[in-house]
Amino acid sequence: MIDFLITFSLTLLMVLMVLNLGGLLLWVERKGSAVLQDRIGANRAAVFGKLPFNLGIVNTLVADPIKLFTKEDFVPPGADKLLHTLAPAIGLVPLLVTFIVIPFGDVLIIGGREITLQAANLNIGILYVLAMVSLSVYGVVLGGWASNNRWALLGGIRGSAQMISYEIPLGLALIGVVLAFGSLDLQEITRAQGALIGGWIPAWGIVYQPVAFLIFLAAGIAESKRIPFDLPEAESELISGYFTEYSGAKQAMFMLGDFVEAIIVAGLITTLFFGGWQIPFLLRDGFHFPWGGTLALPSLLVTLLQVGAFTLKVLFFCWLQIMIRWTLPRFRYDQLISLGWKILLPLALANVMLTALIILLFE
Amino acid sequence: MDQYVPVLIALILGGVVALVMTFASTMLGVKTHSAVKDEPFECGNPPSGSAWGRFSVKFYLAAILFIVFDVEVVFLYPWAVVFRQLGLFGFIAMLLFVLVLVVGLVYEVKKGGLEST
Repeated sequence: MIDFLITFSLTLLMVLMVLNLGGLLLWVERKGSAVLQDRIGANRAAVFGKLPFNLGIVNTLVADPIKLFTKEDFVPPGADKLLHTLAPAIGLVPLLVTFIVIPFGDVLIIGGREITLQAANLNIGILYVLAMVSLSVYGVVLGGWASNNRWALLGGIRGSAQMISYEIPLGLALIGVVLAFGSLDLQEITRAQGALIGGWIPAWGIVYQPVAFLIFLAAGIAESKRIPFDLPEAESELISGYFTEYSGAKQAMFMLGDFVEAIIVAGLITTLFFGGWQIPFLLRDGFHFPWGGTLALPSLLVTLLQVGAFTLKVLFFCWLQIMIRWTLPRFRYDQLISLGWKILLPLALANVMLTALIILLFE
Repeated sequence: MDQYVPVLIALILGGVVALVMTFASTMLGVKTHSAVKDEPFECGNPPSGSAWGRFSVKFYLAAILFIVFDVEVVFLYPWAVVFRQLGLFGFIAMLLFVLVLVVGLVYEVKKGGLEST
């Protein structure tokens, strides 16, 4: 019973974490774009009046959901009503359940009980993430098709073509990491990254697989359909693509889905390429510096440091994706397809075979 | 199967979130209709016919190519996990497999299957 309670609370924590971080990213995106474009943004909603440092965070976080939830839920009379209602849920649910396999700490020891800080300790973690992320393409294509609107249909088809095209480089980039660590278990991969190369350099995935990291970052941004890969919802061409005919909370679900996908990409980059919860030289009993010194720390503090390191890394990569979004212009559709199939795919295949050759020769 | 219990819990939690959000606007929002509002939104032009018409075959080509390479990726995963035990035999076998698929990709690119004009 107590095991079930622990599992339940860890899962609840991860789902709520993803939901809240998605809401927070909406604010970061609005405020970040304002800062980047040298204007004042996201400061109009003022529930508590004019505060001296009104950054809009609390107000935006409260005002935006209230506004979206109380808008009219408009279903076009010509639309397929069942699919139009189901599509946002089909797109969002697989993404909400993805983050539970990502480990956010080593172990938490409370009262002699050792709790692994990972909601679902699957031995096929990477395959689970890929499976769930690719399920979300149904939300896009059904939403676009059910709306009975030309622009929505075009956006849905573009979206599905883009998501399936970039899923291949995404999967192949991960195979490079799987080859390097010989496991599909995310917790095992993270633990393996605690080792040191030559006693100094942390054995993080980026050291073994720098090319795979770049491919994964590009394909991951394409999967979350954000600029420079936002062809499915290109405002200047398709109004807003596959969710043109959506309003209120259903439209919010599509937008939340995009943010959750960005969080998943950030979580995977952290876990596979940047050591997950690992801090260089920090072992379970404290710091062991390569120049000889040691610094013993209580186990609870070590756990807190690890969780904090994981959170900081994930937030950094979320921020990086938003900065990329507001820095680059949009691709053309033919550039998008040729980047995916003619550049990223051969590059990813070459990376996999080269990694295999190096392992064969030197191990 | 014990390790899949959290997946089930998360699916239920995610389903509840999706259910609440799907029906929130239906419950809380107002509903108004007018002849102009009920038209499909096409930037103000009167829509001509249904949107469920034909679209370019290029999208299908991308989908077919996806199936070929997605199956390849599925074969690569177990190979990558046990690669250290397979050794040279595994490397050469997978090299031949990948080469066959790369020949297909080169053929498709040369035929212009990925050009969008």
